[in-house]
Amino acid sequence: MYEKTLTQLAAALKSGEFSSRELTAHYLQRIEQADGKLNSFISVTAEQALKQAEVADNARAAGNAGPLAGIPLALKDIFCTQGVKTSCGSKMLDNFIAPYSATVVEKLNAAGTISLGKTNMDEFAMGSSNENSYYGPVKNPWDLTAVPGGSSGGSAAAVAAGLVPAAMGTDTGGSIRQPAAFCGITGLKPTYGRVSRFGIIAYASSLDQAGPMARSAEDCAHLLGVIAGHDGRDSTSVSRGVPDYVEGLNAPLSGLKIGLPKEYFGDGLAPDVEKAVREAVKVYESLGATVREVSLPHTHYAIPAYYVIAPAEASSNLSRYDGVRFGHRCDNPSDLIDLYTRSRAEGFGEEVKRRILIGTHTLSEGFFDAYYTKAQQVRRLIRQDFLDAFEDVDVLMGPASPTPAFDLGAKKDPVSMYLQDIYTIAVNLAGIPGISVPAGFAGGRPVGLQILGTHFAEAQLLNVAHQFQQATDWHLQRPAFAEEYA
Amino acid sequence: MQWETVIGLEVHVQLATRSKIFSGASTAFGAEPNTQACAVDLGLPGVLPVLNEQAVAMAVQFGLAVHADIAEVSVFDRKNYFYPDLPKGYQTSQMYHPIVGPGDVEITLEDGSTKRIRIHHAHLEEDAGKSLHEDFHGMTGIDLNRAGTPLLEIVSEPDMRSAKEAAAYLKAIHSIVTYLGISDGNMAEGSMRCDVNVSVRPKGQEAFGTRAEIKNVNSFRFVERAIAFEVERQIELIEDGGTVVQETRLFDPDRDETRSMRTKEEANDYRYFPCPDLLPVVLDQAYLDHLRGQLPELPADKRERFQNELGLSAYDANVISASRDMAEFFEAVHSECGDAKQAANWVQGELSGALNRENLSIANSPISARQLGELISRVLDDTINGKAAKEVFQALWNGQGESADEVIDAKGLKQVTDTGAIEAMIDQVIADSPAQVAQYCDSEPEKRGKMIGYFVGQVMKASRGTANPQQVNGLLKEKLDALL
Repeated sequence: MYEKTLTQLAAALKSGEFSSRELTAHYLQRIEQADGKLNSFISVTAEQALKQAEVADNARAAGNAGPLAGIPLALKDIFCTQGVKTSCGSKMLDNFIAPYSATVVEKLNAAGTISLGKTNMDEFAMGSSNENSYYGPVKNPWDLTAVPGGSSGGSAAAVAAGLVPAAMGTDTGGSIRQPAAFCGITGLKPTYGRVSRFGIIAYASSLDQAGPMARSAEDCAHLLGVIAGHDGRDSTSVSRGVPDYVEGLNAPLSGLKIGLPKEYFGDGLAPDVEKAVREAVKVYESLGATVREVSLPHTHYAIPAYYVIAPAEASSNLSRYDGVRFGHRCDNPSDLIDLYTRSRAEGFGEEVKRRILIGTHTLSEGFFDAYYTKAQQVRRLIRQDFLDAFEDVDVLMGPASPTPAFDLGAKKDPVSMYLQDIYTIAVNLAGIPGISVPAGFAGGRPVGLQILGTHFAEAQLLNVAHQFQQATDWHLQRPAFAEEYA
Repeated sequence: MQWETVIGLEVHVQLATRSKIFSGASTAFGAEPNTQACAVDLGLPGVLPVLNEQAVAMAVQFGLAVHADIAEVSVFDRKNYFYPDLPKGYQTSQMYHPIVGPGDVEITLEDGSTKRIRIHHAHLEEDAGKSLHEDFHGMTGIDLNRAGTPLLEIVSEPDMRSAKEAAAYLKAIHSIVTYLGISDGNMAEGSMRCDVNVSVRPKGQEAFGTRAEIKNVNSFRFVERAIAFEVERQIELIEDGGTVVQETRLFDPDRDETRSMRTKEEANDYRYFPCPDLLPVVLDQAYLDHLRGQLPELPADKRERFQNELGLSAYDANVISASRDMAEFFEAVHSECGDAKQAANWVQGELSGALNRENLSIANSPISARQLGELISRVLDDTINGKAAKEVFQALWNGQGESADEVIDAKGLKQVTDTGAIEAMIDQVIADSPAQVAQYCDSEPEKRGKMIGYFVGQVMKASRGTANPQQVNGLLKEKLDALL
């Protein structure tokens, strides 16, 4: 069963080839057997999952099951899930049982999907390798000595290893697309405002966006249709109709205008990654697309701007973890300041502390204009770069990451880690959607092709990605690790 | 040296929305601790704020009432600081782009003169919870019911020059927000709270002195007392060769003094930045026009109308227009009886006295405006005299009758104006009082005027208070003088 895509599983459930209960038990067993090596899950909610599966099977028997009813999924541990530990990968929330569910979780529940558990992640979604988790690093199923990428590393690894057909991630600077690329799966970051952020533990509020991570663009189309839409509980969610993302998947690509940003093919890009991406672009040409070079002139300001804005918002968003109402509280505080300082010093990891300090500094009196105000100006320029490019082309293509997955422990210096996100981070600053699709291998590790569209162009991105996947089979390749537990 | 006091006020008004500014939890006062705090108010991970449209409308109404510019675009900012009753570690407020821009308010001083006080701006923000230090030994309790309650912070220019002006300004703000119905204005429950900025400067000097901000000044009386203390403290300090430092001070009403809380050096850096979870508030002209159309007649307009059209004194017009309930009660009494002066006298005199004695608000008056108006009409048309009117008032207050006429009939208080009947009573009194009559006749003419009081009293008593006192007086004098 695990070798099937979500779309195939949905068809099999519908035709009665197996029940949701059988399917769920199958994946639970694979998690049980394999995840000791991957560490992709923080919590596995087997009992609840089997109950949900039974409900789905009953609904199907009664003839009122939706298209995705009974499909097992996993949720990044950043989605509040009622009655389930929601840790955000942090010691700070190791004891936090969410008393309510995120809108995304409610929508998935309403669609009848089943949650197998909560996946591992960089603490508070801060990281590009999943090494910043309180629960330990996640291994890449293609090579257990490599990182799976981050921050949605657990979701990516679990899908790649066939421990779950699809998972939900979040992407603030590349946290869906980069791990999808590293693990050889398909990951979509929707337009900012397309998916409700309510109940998703905030890292950087103006950048965070949830999206699906699965085996194919078609799988992502099914899932995006479920989770997208306006939510009265999130003021930044956009009131705009949700198209049928599956319907448009088969539109032909003849006449598609592809832009290759020259800044995405410069220094620092691994040659074999570049080769894979250029090969992929050739496939598109064979499908009738035209290709031209474009420029996003402010690209090199994206990382500095991001590392002002995101930590600024994070420093404020993470102030609520003070040991007073929930989360980690130090033992025997001597007074209020001691309670605050020790609870936070003990509860947060290194990278989270670093970003809180950066954000606190950049927002401080006397520095605010030089950092925050300037970064917001840069952000507008970056957004304008994309809007200008989309005047001339339909989509942009390039690598999702300058290198394939690197070795665990390879990047000790935080700045070298930050540079990993060079191709993904500007997308969040601009608020546009992006998708990473498998496009070959470099040194035995997967390479991701990133496709970018203008605001709310998800249907087009999915169509463009799907047509590539009709012409290639990179997305169907599985790591040997997945087969060990067949 | 002659000193001048300079005062500016920051008034926090709790808006009377049913739910909180960013969540659906109730704002009702007095519930069990933490029963009116939802996930958003508790600042749980993952929650997001959604702006309460009613709070925006109320802020705009206030702005329109003080002739202020309403911002087309206003923005919520986060004010970051740690405190146990501040669940998110920041307060959502409006630092850079407040919803209400510059405006002004007219205040009326005790001598009836008026003065314009400029408003710098007013902004929307959320309230924090409460820390309860007294109820738990060695611990602090946190009650988050109040967290997220909408506040409108109204910041004045430093335009006030005395404690009296400051109190008059606070009353004017109170009056406007209660007229608009955007706050219950209940200071005892914290619906209106006030921080006072006070400085002194030598009279004639243009530059402001260094100011102290006094927190926790939560009644009209405290405003005057806190300023009086603070002004004296600053003048003494300077005259003794010291300098005033910029600081935040706390008013202690029990000891009638202000105490230093923190100096400027110890002040927080709040690291304000625009809240990324909320969109800018964009208001169009149609929305403002719609709200403008719903504004009630405001206290200043009522005051002017009472004075100019109804002929009330400046003092009466000011007192009666200060509260919307009282003004509307007065207007109803007036429309019933047609005499503004009498209506004003009764509302401010007999009625206010009785309400104060029983600690009732005018909205809960046992006597309706209609009943009072009818009672006044009966005095005006001579059906009853003033003394009987007070008796009718008391009876109506006690619920002994539906209307003044009913009480007058039941108690037989109808004034006797029939000369024959009054003469008969006078004759009887004269016949029953030979000694007093003799004394009257023997007295010096200038003393007789005083002595006639005895006979008036007897006649009124005989009429059970219903005889017309002027008639009794005149007829008695005639009859007694005829005996000389």
